[in-house]
Amino acid sequence: MSFDTIIQYGHLLLEGTWLTIKLSGLALVVGALCAMPMAVARCSDRRWLSRPVRVYISFFRGTPMLAQLFLIYYGAGQYRHELQALNLWWLFRDPFYCALVTFALNTTAYQTELLRGGIQGVPRGEIEAAKAYGMSSWLRYRLIVLPHAYRIAFPALGNEVILLLKGSAIASVVTLFDLMGQTRTIFAKTFDFSIYLWAALLYLLITMLIVRVWRRLEDRLNPHLRQRTVQRSSTPAVAVAPTE
Amino acid sequence: MDNLSLLAFGSDGWGDELLSGLLVTIQLAATTLPLGLLIGFAVAGASLSSHPWLRRFGRGYTTAARGIPELLTLFLVYNGIAMLLNAVWRWLDPEAGFVELSPFIAGVIALSVVFGAFSGEVLRGAFQALDRGQIEAGQAIGLSRWDLFRFIKLPQIWRFALPGLGNLWVNLIKDTALVSIIALNDLLRMTNIAVGATKKPFTFFLIACAAYWLLSILSEMVLARLEERANRGVRRA
Repeated sequence: MSFDTIIQYGHLLLEGTWLTIKLSGLALVVGALCAMPMAVARCSDRRWLSRPVRVYISFFRGTPMLAQLFLIYYGAGQYRHELQALNLWWLFRDPFYCALVTFALNTTAYQTELLRGGIQGVPRGEIEAAKAYGMSSWLRYRLIVLPHAYRIAFPALGNEVILLLKGSAIASVVTLFDLMGQTRTIFAKTFDFSIYLWAALLYLLITMLIVRVWRRLEDRLNPHLRQRTVQRSSTPAVAVAPTE
Repeated sequence: MDNLSLLAFGSDGWGDELLSGLLVTIQLAATTLPLGLLIGFAVAGASLSSHPWLRRFGRGYTTAARGIPELLTLFLVYNGIAMLLNAVWRWLDPEAGFVELSPFIAGVIALSVVFGAFSGEVLRGAFQALDRGQIEAGQAIGLSRWDLFRFIKLPQIWRFALPGLGNLWVNLIKDTALVSIIALNDLLRMTNIAVGATKKPFTFFLIACAAYWLLSILSEMVLARLEERANRGVRRA
């Protein structure tokens, strides 16, 4: 294996890495902003509120993100005149915005579902105590339910960050030069297989970095648990019911 | 509605083309499942082995295969194995032309590698959740290692691992769409072809999404039944 290719094209890979981080980072932030109200709606007793959110989650989790991306990027062309009339065509004409919208819609669905798990995991007693204090439901959510829900959902949200980062590789299919896109172009030019390995290494480095950062944040978020740190890496993220 | 006639079977509509694509998608997922599970069991075994090198291998494999995008894995397999195959081929017969790896096989290998890494973790968790006392009881009544595995461990691993494996199966169905990028005629690629001919991208991609959605919902229903059956002897809290 020679290093010629990576020396010649390394800067392109780094540019691609930046686009990958920008794209998935923006989508994750938009998703996080949308997921909070939607998770609250999902947990509502009112069917007309929770039902549409359930359908939304089911659709975006039940279909491939690549198909969703095609639906938005190519599908918008079918309604070009309508979109132009609405002054929205600039958004759907640009592959970057299309990928961003797709990823944001997708991660919103996943984050909503994770946050729902967190909200439902908040002990009943805490909610009853808040009610006994006479808190309004707004105050209850703001001070009691949501802070605890985020703590519960936090490790799973970290998984979602990594999943979206990996999933964002499909942006390369709609002509974007993210890390995957740059890699494919360089391979098409040089036929040097090692470029795929470099890309794999970069992706692995980013995921490992996220894992590290997330663990730090988790410690921050749970100061009361810091003394008796449970081994997190060795317990798999599977819903395994204890036998007793 | 002219949208309905787009889906007609025969030479006018795209119904039969889309259906053939759907069948390829299902074939791809169904072929990957047993292979991926096999890799998963091997990886879980390696991760739990008393041999430090095997353990290290198990951990390295799951970390790498879960940290790399599925699309990159697919290209690594598709181009890597093709290059390897051609090198071997030319070494055997210098006159030989270029052989190409079938996208279906490349897809099955790449998806199995990914499925194996994720299911390996699920199965490892299930193995670790087994009750030690029951295994000791099995040894005490003199069961052979194989009988111990078959009668005591496997039924419970099945119960513990089913929710996790179910999620992975739905993910697998969705990941098959990636193989359309390397020109396998699966559902998404057939949809792409239909779009090229009819210039109705939104309609057709919506139909494709609906088909995937249906597959996912059906899978979830079957999985719920399987889980109910697997847990039939468990007392509820």
